[in-house]
Amino acid sequence: MTLQDIAVKVERADDYSVGNISALLAEIATLLEKFIATGQSAEIDLKSLPMGALEYEQLRLALGQGEVAANLEAIGPSEIIETKYPGVWWVTHYNVEGDIVADLIEIANCPAILTSQPQDMQAGLARLQAAIEK
Amino acid sequence: MKDHDTLEHRLTQQGISRRSFLKFCTAMASLMALPPGTAPAIAAALAQAKRPSVIWLSFQECTGCTESLTRSHSPTLESLIFDMISLDYHHTLQAASGFAAEKSREDAMKDFYGKYLLLVDGSIPTKDNGIYSTIAGRTNLDLLQEAAKGAAAIVAVGSCAAFGGLPMAKPNPTGAAPVSDLIKDKPIINISGCPPIPSVITGVLAHYLTFGELPALDELGRPKAFYGETIHDRCYRRPFYDQGKFAKTFDDEGARNGWCLYELGCKGPTTHNACATTKWNGGAGFPIEAGHGCLGCSEPNFWDAGSFYTPLAAPTSNIGAIAGAAALAGAAAAVALSAADRAKKKSLQQTHEKLTVKDISN
Ligand code: SF4
Ligand code: SF4
Repeated sequence: MTLQDIAVKVERADDYSVGNISALLAEIATLLEKFIATGQSAEIDLKSLPMGALEYEQLRLALGQGEVAANLEAIGPSEIIETKYPGVWWVTHYNVEGDIVADLIEIANCPAILTSQPQDMQAGLARLQAAIEK
Repeated sequence: MKDHDTLEHRLTQQGISRRSFLKFCTAMASLMALPPGTAPAIAAALAQAKRPSVIWLSFQECTGCTESLTRSHSPTLESLIFDMISLDYHHTLQAASGFAAEKSREDAMKDFYGKYLLLVDGSIPTKDNGIYSTIAGRTNLDLLQEAAKGAAAIVAVGSCAAFGGLPMAKPNPTGAAPVSDLIKDKPIINISGCPPIPSVITGVLAHYLTFGELPALDELGRPKAFYGETIHDRCYRRPFYDQGKFAKTFDDEGARNGWCLYELGCKGPTTHNACATTKWNGGAGFPIEAGHGCLGCSEPNFWDAGSFYTPLAAPTSNIGAIAGAAALAGAAAAVALSAADRAKKKSLQQTHEKLTVKDISN
């Protein structure tokens, strides 16, 4: 049994607020506005912000889920979700034990971690060529 | 001797993809409390990083710090950091014992003279020539002085090594002292906490590995990235403090509503640590989320700083009134309040007030 197996009941996520989430949403809006105007992407490290379990849930509710959801399997799983606000992505990286090791809001066309890496493509090409030659 | 080649080479050998490596660097940036945009720079630096030798000495301690560290030592992403150091001596974790263990310490000190990182947990007894704690017949003091000579830097892990901790609490029967009182000619980094947050220990190691130097430190020798702000600065209950909404007992309406724990003795306003954001148990939470105030465990002399359940500013001032005024008048009153907190803490340390049953039952 891991910590994640212990159910957490979050009460009153919809109507209870201490004000941290509205400040964060305002920051996301500012960054999105800037990205639309200048193309400058941005990231917010959610682990660096004060947030109780309840507020974390509030942020989930506030940002919701949009059209894209992707999963990575790279030394542990990662979830990449486009929120209901296009260009605002929620990227959560886990380790193999299921603990969150990085939790980010990314303002971008597509989070960098999703794109194929040149080194991996090179290695993949070599494998493909070896497979053809077999 | 263990190989000390670059991390990139080791990861490629293990079949770890570039994308996985980038994910690892993103986690490292978060771990080191650096902006997420620094992940590519970390990737570039880490690719060239070499494995430094680490010697870990445990003195007057409870093994809580090592317990904390091993929580980040299971087969996880963070454990890659431990693949990146060569832990050449740790008498609790290593398989070797007796003469073989002491020999591995001596070999590492000789082979990597001037280059190894020395990690210390526990304080060092100095009374009666330090006889109160010995390993293999030698005093802690002797072992520390010897190992410090060839160290590139010393990391004092936990409040005991950093500030003396529990062994140094009054009346300090063993004459316990922190590392920084005994070693004056080496860079020392204090990772305080009782115990320190595991990812703060690994974060500091990661910083050293990545950038080849120690991170920026505060005036108490603690890394600013983790100890730059107080628990109170980053506490999610802070808006309640600012509104003057305080729980008065552990089971009243205020406690149930998650109000500020100041009046129940929370030491968050005078305690510098990363618990409020980095959190404990794999990010599950931190004490204030469980409804208990901060004990101030990462500050010097916290054991002698009075009851864990007496408010910082009590009984000399009316916290409700001051905090209310602080919310209205802003920074100036808040500064006055924190000055009152500090003065109170100091006087408690001097008089060594003890915890009484009344303190916990009110
Ligand atoms: S006094 Fe303690 S509980 Fe209250 S806001 Fe500060 S750190 Fe949080
Ligand atoms: S909340 Fe306070 S007492 Fe608890 S671990 Fe953090 S610094 Fe130490």
